[in-house]
Amino acid sequence: MSKKDLGLLILILVVGAVVTAINPRFLSAINLANTSNLVALFGILSIGQAFVIITGGIELSVGSVIALLGTLFIDFIAVREVSWPLAFVLILALGAIIGFVHGWLITRLKLQPFVVTLCGLLIYRGVARFYTADGTAGFAFGQNFPTLEFLTAGRSYGLPNSFIALIVIAIVMWVVLHRSVFGRYLYAIGKNEEAAKYSGIRTGRVIIAAYVICGVLTALSAIYFAMYTRSISPASHGQFYELYAIAAAVLGGFSLRGGEGSLVGAVLGTVLLQELQNLVNLLGIPSSLNFAVMGGVILIGVLVDQQWGVFRARRRMLEASRRGVAGAPAE
Amino acid sequence: MTSTDSTQPTTAPFLSLEAVRKTYPGVVALDRFSMEVRPGEVIGLVGENGAGKSTLMKILGGVTRPDSGTITVDGAAHDALTVEQSIGSGIAFVHQELNLFENLDVAANIFFGREPLRAGPLRLVDRAKLREMVAPLLKRVGANFSADAPVASLSLAQQQMVEIAKALSIKARLVILDEPTSSLPMAETEKLLDVIKGLKAQGISVIFISHRLHEIERVADRVVVLRDGTLAGTLPKSHINHDEMVRLMIGRMLKEREKAGEAARAPGSVALSADAIRTSTYPDRPVSIELRRAEILGLAGLVGSGRTELARVLFGIEERLAGSVTLDGKPLNVTSAADAVANGIFLVPEDRKLTGILLDLSIAQNISLPNLPAHARRSLVSVGAELSTAEKQKKNLGIKAPSVLTRTGTLSGGNQQKVVLAKWLAMNPKVMILDEPTRGIDIGAKAEIYGLMRALADAGVAVLMISSDMEEVIGVSDRIAVMHEGQISGILDKDDFSQENVLLLAVGKKPKLLQAAGGAQ
Repeated sequence: MSKKDLGLLILILVVGAVVTAINPRFLSAINLANTSNLVALFGILSIGQAFVIITGGIELSVGSVIALLGTLFIDFIAVREVSWPLAFVLILALGAIIGFVHGWLITRLKLQPFVVTLCGLLIYRGVARFYTADGTAGFAFGQNFPTLEFLTAGRSYGLPNSFIALIVIAIVMWVVLHRSVFGRYLYAIGKNEEAAKYSGIRTGRVIIAAYVICGVLTALSAIYFAMYTRSISPASHGQFYELYAIAAAVLGGFSLRGGEGSLVGAVLGTVLLQELQNLVNLLGIPSSLNFAVMGGVILIGVLVDQQWGVFRARRRMLEASRRGVAGAPAE
Repeated sequence: MTSTDSTQPTTAPFLSLEAVRKTYPGVVALDRFSMEVRPGEVIGLVGENGAGKSTLMKILGGVTRPDSGTITVDGAAHDALTVEQSIGSGIAFVHQELNLFENLDVAANIFFGREPLRAGPLRLVDRAKLREMVAPLLKRVGANFSADAPVASLSLAQQQMVEIAKALSIKARLVILDEPTSSLPMAETEKLLDVIKGLKAQGISVIFISHRLHEIERVADRVVVLRDGTLAGTLPKSHINHDEMVRLMIGRMLKEREKAGEAARAPGSVALSADAIRTSTYPDRPVSIELRRAEILGLAGLVGSGRTELARVLFGIEERLAGSVTLDGKPLNVTSAADAVANGIFLVPEDRKLTGILLDLSIAQNISLPNLPAHARRSLVSVGAELSTAEKQKKNLGIKAPSVLTRTGTLSGGNQQKVVLAKWLAMNPKVMILDEPTRGIDIGAKAEIYGLMRALADAGVAVLMISSDMEEVIGVSDRIAVMHEGQISGILDKDDFSQENVLLLAVGKKPKLLQAAGGAQ
């Protein structure tokens, strides 16, 4: 765990302690389970987003993809009576295709990630609303999917299964990002795509793969969100979720320029964001201030982190120069 | 070089440094350094990288404060200059990396931030006045372009003239040129040297820093040599010559170049052959070239003659529009750098910092990057394997760094270039293409890189070296191909090597060959 991640963890614990002191319900089993479920859902999104951000790209269509794929998923299993495992695989495949198309447009046709995914944001939302004729997708009365419901919204040993899924995904993706050849390529491309290309890396393929990973993880969380809300009005479902994901990654130390960040940080960033949401509810802060609180905390967090970096660099320099003066005659 | 010996002691120096010392943590960057610059004098400043030139420049620019010593500018003594004092007293810098806005025109660049404004609340730029102010400056540097030409459309030498005009616009009395010619081709260099002579004639002093010693020989009135932060010696006009400068710079004689005229080697078989390929820069001109094993083929020509494009096509970075390529006699279709690397065709690119290495990665990570799967088990990077490869290369190439975990961004240019070479050497090259491999690198590291290229050729690798440095092309190559406007205008064998022949071919004329039949089309 890097120092940055540790700092974030301490911040999470401090905020948690303060909230508990004011409202002990923060630590109640039901609140923790609810919050950890939300952490899981948004955490999976943030991990996907992190893979794109590390390449210096961005994925803005996340929220709309969640609306579209969530709608489709419910429609598949509730209306069209597709078996849920098949629907599950179909949705993940759709997520992969969306990611592939974005990656392809960005690397082969040289469009900017911001533009491509902004168009995606508009298109998928529109398609989702059209698909349901601006209605609501939901289950009919009495429709039950016990296994699916257990896997998505159930609990084992008191832990939401979604949270267990997040832990598993986070560990796997941590290894991929921080230990694998592919992960090294991602960092290299984020640092300097040209130089990576000149080192013989097929940068286009690597970047497309990053968008595909993001697409699949987004699709997975779309299913989780669908099973969590159980009814979806595509006009608003998932709105701004891309921003939660980006904010979590940035809080976790990812640079939007690419080539920097740790997966643990992205997960911790999500935890902090959800903790803040929770705090607004528990402390009786008007929920209209929700976004303002979150924005403020992110701004302060990034500021402190950046200033701390400057401070440390300066201290290192001063120390080095003191040592240098003492050591100079020996040179 | 007519009346250059005339301005001597009588004039008071414009600038003098006395016993200047500057230390950094663990290093004495400059010690007991003294020098003088008289009005209208051209000082050649030479020294290896790390000899203290940059520190000296920073002190003169007011960016760095010396620990002790005195700086006298225009009669006024200072312990240290501030940036304002430096600019105010007329010291101007033209850096190796130009600081121009490519998207703006010449005039806007010269008076950026100081534009004449029209009266009125909108504070619009007075274009007419601006042009009036720029015209005499451009005339003084002998510019052959107009004030409203976009900087992006100018050649490198012309851009440097813009920088010098900018210096003159702030009434410079001392212009410091930091390796201005390192990226200029031969013909452009001539223009720049003329500009320096012009400045001198106007009574402006010049400090000319260059690794290209023959240029120093031609324009300097006096040469100041730095070595390890101290003054290694000063050469008066009559004593300026190449060998003497090198001796002072490194403290010993250096056998850096192979003797020209050494018995020509038996050329190896053809490794890479390109037949009538076309590049996007010159889509109408087919170019053919053969790279032979165990041979260093020098590729000379003016900047813009299509050399870099040819290299980029062979390496798969740029699209091949037509023609065919064979490797070891078999057809080869390279459509990406990854293809080229997989076939043992490697490129050491022209722009080291942008494309050669990743400055933020460590030496070890840079070296393993092109061959990462070989440093991994089940797709997971093996740091141990990575480090052992890097250690081996670090030792082989003599990369000077605290450890292989050092960030490459903190290394000197020469060591960065060695890292670029190391990543390819670790992978058994068949064809090695080097684009300006010694640009901006000091003499010691240059000699080592020449040695490496020779060792590669001796080991049977086909080496293609693109270079704008005449001494280098002639000194290092086994054969020289010269490009002119997108095509190979001729190939010189060792017996026909001469600056004149290379230049003639570079401008598209016939060379003077020993045998009647020579160069190929």
